[in-house]
Amino acid sequence: MTERTLVQAVNAAMARAMAEDPAVLVVGEDVGTDGGVFRATEGLLGRFGPQRVIDTPLAEAGIAGLAVGLAAQGFRPVAEIQFTGFIYAALDQVVNHAARLRTRTRGRLTCPLVIRAPTGGGVRAPEHHSESPEAMFAHIPGLRVVVASSPARAFGLLLAAIRDPDPVLFLEPTRLYRAVREEVPDDAPPLPLDRAFVLREGTDATLVAWGGMVPEALAAAEALEKEDVSCEVIDLATLKPLDEETILASVARTGRLVVVQEAPLTAGFGAEVAARVAERGLMSLRAPVRRVTGWDTVMPLLRLEQRYIPSAARIAAAVRDAMAFA
Amino acid sequence: METVVARFEIRHRRHLGPDGVPAGDLPAFARDPAELVALYRGMVRTRAFDQKAVALQRTGRLGTYASSLGQEAVAVGLAAAMRPDDVFVPAFREHGAQLWRGVTMRELLLYWGGDERGSNFAGPRQDFPVNVPVGSQAPHAAGVALAMRLHGEDRAVVCAFGDGATSKGDVAEALVFAGVWSLPVVFVVNNNQWAISVPRRAQTAAETLAQKAIAAGIPGMQVDGNDVIAVRDAVAEALARARSGGGATVVEAVTYRLGDHTTADDARRYRDDAEVSPHWREEPLPRLRTYLTSLGAWTKAQEDALLAQCRAEVDQAEADYLATPPQDLASIFDHTFAVLPAELARQKAEATGDEP
Ligand SMILES: Cc1ncc(C[n+]2csc(CCOP(=O)(O)OP(=O)(O)O)c2C)c(N)n1
Ligand SMILES: [Mg+2]
Repeated sequence: MTERTLVQAVNAAMARAMAEDPAVLVVGEDVGTDGGVFRATEGLLGRFGPQRVIDTPLAEAGIAGLAVGLAAQGFRPVAEIQFTGFIYAALDQVVNHAARLRTRTRGRLTCPLVIRAPTGGGVRAPEHHSESPEAMFAHIPGLRVVVASSPARAFGLLLAAIRDPDPVLFLEPTRLYRAVREEVPDDAPPLPLDRAFVLREGTDATLVAWGGMVPEALAAAEALEKEDVSCEVIDLATLKPLDEETILASVARTGRLVVVQEAPLTAGFGAEVAARVAERGLMSLRAPVRRVTGWDTVMPLLRLEQRYIPSAARIAAAVRDAMAFA
Repeated sequence: METVVARFEIRHRRHLGPDGVPAGDLPAFARDPAELVALYRGMVRTRAFDQKAVALQRTGRLGTYASSLGQEAVAVGLAAAMRPDDVFVPAFREHGAQLWRGVTMRELLLYWGGDERGSNFAGPRQDFPVNVPVGSQAPHAAGVALAMRLHGEDRAVVCAFGDGATSKGDVAEALVFAGVWSLPVVFVVNNNQWAISVPRRAQTAAETLAQKAIAAGIPGMQVDGNDVIAVRDAVAEALARARSGGGATVVEAVTYRLGDHTTADDARRYRDDAEVSPHWREEPLPRLRTYLTSLGAWTKAQEDALLAQCRAEVDQAEADYLATPPQDLASIFDHTFAVLPAELARQKAEATGDEP
């Protein structure tokens, strides 16, 4: 038995990848001696040494650009951005370089790198530590976007992300870092980077969620079961590329879609999911698509953050609405 | 053939060493004991505030907090050098400067307690709020300084950031702007020698942080950041130059972070007592107290009275903070735009529908 929390699973996936492939490096602020502010890189310095676990100066644009250079030379850097709000400084390097070096050089130079970053709120963190920026990254051609939501899936997805030949943004919900433990063996296989996970089968409504919203969606489904409403819950996990087929097949069975995201409503990734279903699954819908999201406001500081983050109750209410429609 | 085309040196200024004995003549302001007592009070008050904030965090009544223990002279010294109508652009560890300039303890506690109203302080109204994305405030300081220039004012800006921040592009860019346009801004580097677990030597191979100024074409100097007299003196000198059109300066204040990075950090993971303890002998409070005592300007009774006064002030601030009624959820919508768009008004109605 190897029970792990999500952050321990992330750690184990990096350790496994580093043990298997000497090209894998870990870079970032405080990833060495400190083991990362969330302890995601704990023990890696001791095990793999300072040549492979590298504390960088405090510079996110530099970290992302450094990873591009390392990757172009055949390394597989796993770069940690310490907190969600500081990933924006790295955006230039991700958009203009990591995500398009392959295209620009027609495959001559490539970027097999992973940028790991915490995401989401709910842990009483300081300002700029609680945002959910996934949609901005999903908009970038050439970048894969993965959001973890359980220890086992985090392990398999991160392992796959590190082995993938292209750049991957790997988001880890801080709220789930230590929320649950799950059996995650050291030799668990990588998981596909283009497949959503059906976590619960149901017949009345499809709940699509990712990251920190997955446990909320499951809790809503649990509550609705007592009202004889049967929900299918899908963890999207890989936002890009998006597993349209799993969503469409589910909606074809249930006829109702509720998309849940912690990020603000407008131009969030939920809009993409809704649009795909509108394009290819409209005829299966028996009710309008609902989105349960954060508000179009700045993420509040800790006192009000719980009122911002979508709750199981809000999700359940949206499902009831959809049920009432027809 | 090669010739030398540029040379530079970085000077280090100290007036009062750890033993509390002045090294040479003190600057004019420091010959008035009342001025020194005010600086001492400012530092003691800051330390009292830090202690209270940490205690509140430990008991779940404050969010993550960054103590300024041991670095009080940087914040108090720079603030004492400023005029009230100057603008301060802080990082997140200059509580002493914010308090000196009139932000209240209750307001600071609100901010660190996760309530945005703490950044809407009653005064000084033009100062920037605490800045968390490291270094990103430095270009704002250049912008504020350019605005002052465009307005033809003799005001100036002081911008603070840490040793870690000097690695950020934002800081390099701000220095470049300030240099090419000779802007009225003083960049104060709180070099507390650590950026979380990363020591100063791992941030840059340069010998000093002050010399980052040289590449931007502006003067840079180092001061003993535990000597409040030197900090105030150097920043005042830089501000005088800035006001008279002489442009920007970098003042690197060398101090030490005696505590954890924040309440979320455990510094024992990456540095041991042997590294920390010598720095307790250098910290800013005792040296000034020793000097004031030697002047006959400070007594045990005054010390006790000051400590009691600070305790009473922080206790009162705690009570006021805890008694502040919470913001309602509407507040997160109401300040998003000058005028609430109809669409956001709908979201607000949905969000607040269940409010009493
Ligand atoms: C851009 C950015 N990256 C990372 C962080 C996380 N973080 C907060 S403080 C800090 C270290 C800052 O070091 P320094 O500039 O020396 O200031 P100090 O904390 O020592 O006062 C880090 C890495 C941040 N707040 N902003
Ligand atoms: Mg520092």
